[in-house]
Amino acid sequence: MAEKSMLEIKEVDKSFGGLMAVCNCSLDVKEGSITGLIGPNGAGKTTLFNVITGHYKPDKGKIFFQGEEINGLPPHHIFKKKIYRTFQITREFAQMTVLENLMLIPEHQVGEKIWNTWFRQGAVKKQEKAIKEKALEVLEFVELIDLKDEYAGSLSGGQKKLLELARSMMADPRMVLLDEPGAGVNRTLMGKLIDNIRKLCEEKSITFLLIEHDMDLVMNLCNPVIVMSEGKKLAEGTPEEIKRNKKVLEAYLGGQYR
Amino acid sequence: MELGGFIAYLVSLAIMASIYAVFCLGLNIQWGYTGLFNIGIAGFFCVGAYTSAMLTTPKPTGIYAQYVNQIFGLNLPFVVGLLGAAAVCGIIGFLIGIPTLKLREDYLAIATLGIAETFRLIFNNEHWLANGPRGLMGLPQPLQGIVSAKHYNYIYLIVVVIIMLFIYLLIERAIRSPWGRVLRAIREDEISASMSGKDIFHFKMQSLIFGSMVMGVGGALYAHYTKSISPDVFTPLYGTFIIWVMLMAGGSGNNKGAILGAYVIWGIWIGTSFMTDLLPYTLKARAPYIRFLLIGILLEIILIYRPQGMLGEEKRVSKLLEE
Repeated sequence: MAEKSMLEIKEVDKSFGGLMAVCNCSLDVKEGSITGLIGPNGAGKTTLFNVITGHYKPDKGKIFFQGEEINGLPPHHIFKKKIYRTFQITREFAQMTVLENLMLIPEHQVGEKIWNTWFRQGAVKKQEKAIKEKALEVLEFVELIDLKDEYAGSLSGGQKKLLELARSMMADPRMVLLDEPGAGVNRTLMGKLIDNIRKLCEEKSITFLLIEHDMDLVMNLCNPVIVMSEGKKLAEGTPEEIKRNKKVLEAYLGGQYR
Repeated sequence: MELGGFIAYLVSLAIMASIYAVFCLGLNIQWGYTGLFNIGIAGFFCVGAYTSAMLTTPKPTGIYAQYVNQIFGLNLPFVVGLLGAAAVCGIIGFLIGIPTLKLREDYLAIATLGIAETFRLIFNNEHWLANGPRGLMGLPQPLQGIVSAKHYNYIYLIVVVIIMLFIYLLIERAIRSPWGRVLRAIREDEISASMSGKDIFHFKMQSLIFGSMVMGVGGALYAHYTKSISPDVFTPLYGTFIIWVMLMAGGSGNNKGAILGAYVIWGIWIGTSFMTDLLPYTLKARAPYIRFLLIGILLEIILIYRPQGMLGEEKRVSKLLEE
C-alpha cells in the first residue's frame, strides 16, 4: 500500500459557541486507501468533513491535500482541487433529471459562460455531447441508466446514494469523502455500492474517506479504520485491530466495559 | 363598439401584455430558474423607464425649461434608450447583489422591496432630477411617420413583440445550456452546487443582472408606449405584484409560460374593469379594490390547485443537443 499522504489534518479545532465539535484533531489519509471514519454520534465526523470541504472554516489548525494547504478555501475551490464529497442526507437536485444531475458536475464547461451560449454554440454543443456520453457511461456503471430521465427527487433513498456516487465519478476526483454511503440502503444495493467503491479505488486510483455506522460495510471495505471520539482521533488501525481495541469499545458503549 | 375601435382596443391590450411579458421573462430568470426572490420589480421598471426617457428626449429649452426640470436630455434614438435602460438596470442589479447575494434569500427580497419604493420616491420628490410628480412627457416613438398617428399602435405592437421574442430566444438558449443548468442546480440546492465546483455568488449575480437588464428594457418599452411617465405608475401593485401573479399563473421555470401568463392575467385584469362597470352605482367607487381582491384570490387558487402554473417547467431543460 502506498505510504504517501493524500490528506493530512493537523491539529484542527472547530467550535460552535461553547461546543467543541472538532478539538485538536489530527489524522492522515494515505493515497490509494479506503479509509473508514467511525465514531459515536456527535464525535465530530461530519463537522470534520465540513471543515475539509470548506463549508466551515477551521478555528485553528491546517489541512493539507497532496501537500498543499487547503484550509479555509471555499467549497467550489475545494472541488477544483479534485476533492468531491457526498452528504449524509443526500443532496440531489430534485427538480432536475438524473442525467442533468450528472451533466452539471464536470468543470470548465464552455457553456457555463453565458456569452458562449449565444456566440459559440458549436463549441458548447460539442462539449455537451461529450459530457452526455460520459454521464451515460457512468449511469451504466452504477446501473441507473433506466432512470436517466426521471427527476432525481423521485428516486428511492438507496438510488439517491448511488446517484451521489455517480456524481462523484463525473468529477474525476483524486479523493472522495463519503458521508454514510450505506445509510438507508438495502443489502443488495449495499453490496453493489461496496463493489463500486472498491472498483473505483482500484481502477481509477481514487482515495476514499468514508464515514459509516454500518460495521459490516466498514469492516468489509475499509483499511485502515480511524475512530473519532469527542472531536479527536481515538484510534487507528486495521479493522481487526479496531475490533479488539478497548478504548473504542469504551467510547461506543460507555465505561463499564473497562 | 364598432369593429375598428374594438381591434384598436385589442392592439393596445396586446402591447401592454407584451410589455408585461418582458418583465415576466426577466423575473423568470431570477425566480423561475435561480430562486432569487426579487419583489422590487417596480424599481427596475421605474429606472428603465426614466433612463430611456432621459436618453431619448431633448433637455427642455426656452419657455419649457421653466416648467420642466430634467437633469439631462440627450435626444438619442429609441434603441439607445432601450440599451441604456438595460445597462443602468444591470448596474443597479449588480449593486444590490453585492451585499445581498451572500446572505439568505429573504434579504434580497427585503432589499429589492425597499429599493423599489426608494426609487419611486426619489423620482417623486427630487424635482431637479426628472420633473418630480409631474414626470416627463413627449417621449419619441420608433418608426413614427410610416403610418398615420391613428394607426401607429400597430407598428408599436410589432416592435414590442419582436423585442420580446428576441429576449425570449436569448434566455431560452442560455437556460437550455450548461449556464442554465447551473442556475437550476443553485435553485435546487446551493450547498450541493457549490460542492460541485460552481461559484454560487458569481452565477447568482449573473442571473440577477441579466434579469434586471430585461426588466429595464420592459420599463423602456412601457415609457415609449405611453410617451409620458410619472412616478405614480411604478407602484408595487402594477410594477411588482401583478408580474408575480402572471409568472405564477403562466408557469415559473417555463419561458413560454411566462409569456402566456402575462397575456392571460392582463386579459383578466382588463376584463374585470369591464365587469365592474356592471356593478351598482354604490359599489362602483370600490371597484378597484374588488379587482385587487379578485387577482389575489386568483393567485391563491393557482397556488393551491396548480402550483406549477398553466405550463410547468419542462422535465428536461438542458436539451441543447436535441435542437
